[in-house]
Amino acid sequence: MTSTEAARRHAGERHGPGHLATYAVLTAIAIVYIFPFLVQVANSFKTDEEATSAGMALWSPNWTTAAYQTLFANSNFAVWTMNSLIVTVCVTLGRVFFVSLAGYSLARLRFPGRQVVFLMLLAVMSVPAVVLLIPKFLVIKSLGIYDSYAGMILPLLVDAAGVFIMRNFFESIPVAVEEAARIDGAGTFRTFWSVVLPMSRPALMTIIILSFQGSWNELNHFIISTQSPSLTTLTKGVAGLASGQLSSGNQYPIKLAAAALMTIPVAIIFFVFQKRIMNASGGAVKE
Amino acid sequence: MSTTELARAATPAPARGRKKRSRLNTQAGAGWLFVLPMVVVLGVFLFLPVLMAAWVSVSDWGGRGSPWGANVNFVGARNYVEVLGGKGLAARDFGTAIRNNLYYVILVVPLQTAISLGLAFMVNKRALRGKGFFRTAFYFPSVTSTVAITVLWLFLFSASGAVNAFLSWFSITGPNWFADPRGLIHLALGGGEAPAALSQPGLFGISTWEWIAGPSVAMSAFILMAVFTTSGTFMLLFLAALQAIGEETDEAAMVDGASVWQRFWYVTLPMLRPTVFTVVTLGLIGTWQIFDQIYTAGQQGGPAKTTLTPAYLSYNAAFISQDWGRGAAIAFVLFGIIVIFTVLQRLILGGGDRSTRKQVRAEQRMQARLAATGSAGGTIPGTLAGSDHDEH
Repeated sequence: MTSTEAARRHAGERHGPGHLATYAVLTAIAIVYIFPFLVQVANSFKTDEEATSAGMALWSPNWTTAAYQTLFANSNFAVWTMNSLIVTVCVTLGRVFFVSLAGYSLARLRFPGRQVVFLMLLAVMSVPAVVLLIPKFLVIKSLGIYDSYAGMILPLLVDAAGVFIMRNFFESIPVAVEEAARIDGAGTFRTFWSVVLPMSRPALMTIIILSFQGSWNELNHFIISTQSPSLTTLTKGVAGLASGQLSSGNQYPIKLAAAALMTIPVAIIFFVFQKRIMNASGGAVKE
Repeated sequence: MSTTELARAATPAPARGRKKRSRLNTQAGAGWLFVLPMVVVLGVFLFLPVLMAAWVSVSDWGGRGSPWGANVNFVGARNYVEVLGGKGLAARDFGTAIRNNLYYVILVVPLQTAISLGLAFMVNKRALRGKGFFRTAFYFPSVTSTVAITVLWLFLFSASGAVNAFLSWFSITGPNWFADPRGLIHLALGGGEAPAALSQPGLFGISTWEWIAGPSVAMSAFILMAVFTTSGTFMLLFLAALQAIGEETDEAAMVDGASVWQRFWYVTLPMLRPTVFTVVTLGLIGTWQIFDQIYTAGQQGGPAKTTLTPAYLSYNAAFISQDWGRGAAIAFVLFGIIVIFTVLQRLILGGGDRSTRKQVRAEQRMQARLAATGSAGGTIPGTLAGSDHDEH
């Protein structure tokens, strides 16, 4: 077979029946993936009865915002949102700073015990999160930070995977600039802060996105670190709604409204940084 | 002699040594200072807790006061025996939880691996239009929280929900999913009572008949949910690998006249083996840990304990029943199960020998990302550390 023939075959595949089949399959799957979210939003604007009887309908002539009004009037939704925001902002800021500091140290600085610290990091990463529920509670309780913002935030301030990402990033950038700064008399922290960090924007953005998403969606850590209603986060609050705290009837529209609202911030982050998140090959690290 | 050499000759040797040493000293200081926050946080909230829980798992601590208090006794392996011994309610609950989760793992891991691979393969085509749209659509469920998705799932799979409405178009009467404890295999066998031979208590205190029940209808809804929320994430992992491989090999095979299916099966898939290995590993680790969705559904592992999982059971034993020793013991057993499964998997799939450096890097990045969002549970050093060593 000659290469022109191959090219023709290739072109044929591009527009031929095989390609149409791909589109058909992809479109069908895309509908399966998108439809649930449309159903969610649509039903949050229905009445209880209508959501129960005609859940598939994406439009109702009697649409109403009653579910949203009830949600804000009868639950602590505003408090939950506030708590989620406080925790997410603190965790994200803390993580960006601590994770890049540690990553830089492990990638660049020579100090005794560095290898041990790195091995510990790997060991810690291998412990499944769910296994740590009881252990974390024990420590939080012993430290006297149970049921406080400190107990919610401190344990999440560093995540091992983030340190790993930053370490890999720092190893991939050339040392020359830092050496120049050091020769100019800049100390280690100064070099890190005003030379290295500004060069690390792509990796830092990755950490910010991941931390935001991770801490906004976190549930089980807050289950074990808090009990008072004033410290309830969105995930914990909405989970409570789901299992029927406001109960009388199934109240699907209210639950769906709550779930839809809590998805908005991560959805915004996702759509704004879509290119970075979806770009599997470019990623955070320059090659 | 150049100027530097001159300068060096002018400086007495000991002074040079001292200077170098002091620079190394400040670097050592800074090095420790920089990793200190990480060491403290991970040490206090990850390392120390594991040690404490290890003690609690062999004690009779009841949740009051300090677990180190004078009235807390060492009870040896009692908590472990209660859970694993096969006698009594605790053991039966544990057996049931293991069965439920085992079916979940057996179904979710292959499904999410195959579907995410298929999706990646389809959206990787260079000539495909609307690639971005499809990728976004498939990935979006992965960014939403388990809580929000569970709420949505409870609605979609309710008795008169969208799923059953869809099924009714084909004149199928759907079940009341989340309230239906019937096992799928039992249903396929036509229901009925357990044959006498299979109704004796067996492994972990539950009978063979219960073991072969299959996932309950309720658990199946959770299985579909897991596939829905994770396939997008793993699709990205496969996409990264596919892009690292490049289209040259595929085109070469095309020139040789290989069909689409042959190219996929004999050319692309073997090159993707390391990624398949990673996805299966992450899948195993993640699926053995299901907790958030069971908690959110608010049925305490119901109906009829068919959505009870070891992670939820551990939580329930400690935080609800105040039996902390047992809760901690279950957590350690679960940890053991996860380790055993990943080792077994490694033996069966033969580990991931990375094809290219580029692939290694692409994969490392994606794995770390997954671990950071917690979307796939922990990360096993075997995969991350293994690839790390390849790099140097």
